[in-house]
Amino acid sequence: MNTPPALRVLEHELLKYRRGFRGTLVSSFLNPVLYLAAMGIGLGGYVASSKGGATGSGALLGGVSYLAFLAPGLLASTAMQVAAGESTFPIMGGILWDRAFLGMLATPIRVIDILGGKLLYISLRLTLATCVFFGVMTAFGAGGGPLAILAIPAAILTGLAFVTPIIAYSASQKDPGGFNGLFRFGVIPLFLFSGTFFPVSQLPGLLQPVAFATPLWHGVDLCRTLALGTETPTGVLVHVAYLVGFAAVGLLLASVALRRRLRA
Amino acid sequence: MEGTSIPALIRARALTKRFGTLTAVDAIDFDVAPGESFGFLGPNGAGKTSAMRMIGCVSPVSDGELSVLGMDPRIDGPRIRARLGVVPQQDTLDQELTVSDNLAIYGRYFDLPRDVIRRRVAELLEFVQLSERARDQVEPLSGGMKRRLTIARSLINEPDLLLLDEPTTGLDPQARHLLWDRLYRLKQKGVTLVLTTHYMDEAEQLCDRLVVMDKARIVAQGSPRQLIAQHSSREVLEMRFPVGVQETLDGALDGLGDRVDRLPDRVLVYTDDGDAAAAVAHQRGLRPEMSLVRRSSLEDVFLRLTGRSLVD
Repeated sequence: MNTPPALRVLEHELLKYRRGFRGTLVSSFLNPVLYLAAMGIGLGGYVASSKGGATGSGALLGGVSYLAFLAPGLLASTAMQVAAGESTFPIMGGILWDRAFLGMLATPIRVIDILGGKLLYISLRLTLATCVFFGVMTAFGAGGGPLAILAIPAAILTGLAFVTPIIAYSASQKDPGGFNGLFRFGVIPLFLFSGTFFPVSQLPGLLQPVAFATPLWHGVDLCRTLALGTETPTGVLVHVAYLVGFAAVGLLLASVALRRRLRA
Repeated sequence: MEGTSIPALIRARALTKRFGTLTAVDAIDFDVAPGESFGFLGPNGAGKTSAMRMIGCVSPVSDGELSVLGMDPRIDGPRIRARLGVVPQQDTLDQELTVSDNLAIYGRYFDLPRDVIRRRVAELLEFVQLSERARDQVEPLSGGMKRRLTIARSLINEPDLLLLDEPTTGLDPQARHLLWDRLYRLKQKGVTLVLTTHYMDEAEQLCDRLVVMDKARIVAQGSPRQLIAQHSSREVLEMRFPVGVQETLDGALDGLGDRVDRLPDRVLVYTDDGDAAAAVAHQRGLRPEMSLVRRSSLEDVFLRLTGRSLVD
């Protein structure tokens, strides 16, 4: 046989995933249903009823319903959360707990193949989660732009922009204690303040450039403009370039960190 | 493979491993011949595992020369590893997968075709007596079963060279004997074994030749019998005295044998004739609680060469 080594690592991931497949599928479906129902429809109805004038929420949101505003942002945020979940504990487990990576490295598999296989697997997870999300979102009537379907690859790219730097971080941690900080000071603030729930223009002036620098804001804005049909070529280009750049730098860091950790 | 003959399966010259300022393996030389069973003996922290990890091409060589299967680990790591079987000190089994899936996926890491894997999984499970557990998850298996599974896994690619890092540490006697038997059968089939251990009986059972490592260096090498002949006497007289008595024996022990060693719990007299030494001790009025004469073992060599102080 002649299977590329990264694909053999992917085979291992899929063999393990068979057991958790149903669970993640259900939560990939239930999460957007709950969020869009509660926040999109429930909170959204409240937001709509309080709109008024040129400075009202209707104008802020670009003249669309809160649900339509929220859904693509949540799509990008969901990708970030799946990415963070898959790039933290499972990576540390491969190094420290079940030490699956060490077992692989005793075979022709190399560190770079482990990283490649992991990235393939996480990309599949992201594809599944974003496709299900997109389906739910469409069923809720959000995302009517002609290129709305492109919000799926945009969200996957957003996820990958988080995956590689977080793998680098996880590979350099001695214990899972550091993950608390990552989620508390990284993932959750980004989720709340990167334009998913309200436009970044609502942030205090000083914080706005911070929001623009985060990959999640680029992901949210990319998904949102594509879903609403308000994308501009420049905007898309800038967002994609930013996210690809983030993922690429992360990839470099991740391969260095994993090699340093696994091949001492 | 270039060259005319391959004298050694592993050849190390001035092989060195450094971690920052710590030297874990300090310029060691050794050769392992095809079909041989070769052991690294030494206390914890002596550098055995570091040496094994370099041979296994997972840890880069810091200095010196190393060739494995006629290739250079720096260049040919994956090609060398394709022909190695590795039993690491700590199991790296996938606890969530079944016994047979653990073997099968490992075969896939070597890119073996699925039909070959299916056949070998059945054979290997038979070989390590785990056939009945094929469909069970790994997590609830006993330590001995997991170790056997790890050994089966290391054989999935029919390796030319099997590396075993403390293969039986933590196992009960039955499990150890079963493992030894399996390793012995592999040796009979011509598989070259390289193992580390700090069990002397294991080394005597399994190794044709071994090196004793202490503080990152090789302090002795040879067959178990040669090592005993060189570094110990033929027999050992062991005497245990009541608490407090051993400290009062100054002088009375002198000249009983070639060498006298005082352990915390007993006195060892190294001599060619243990019974004669016991008789002399009795004449001198020594009345040990317990006294026995035994053949000198590798353990005596080990203790002599690596000192008696506790190593962390």
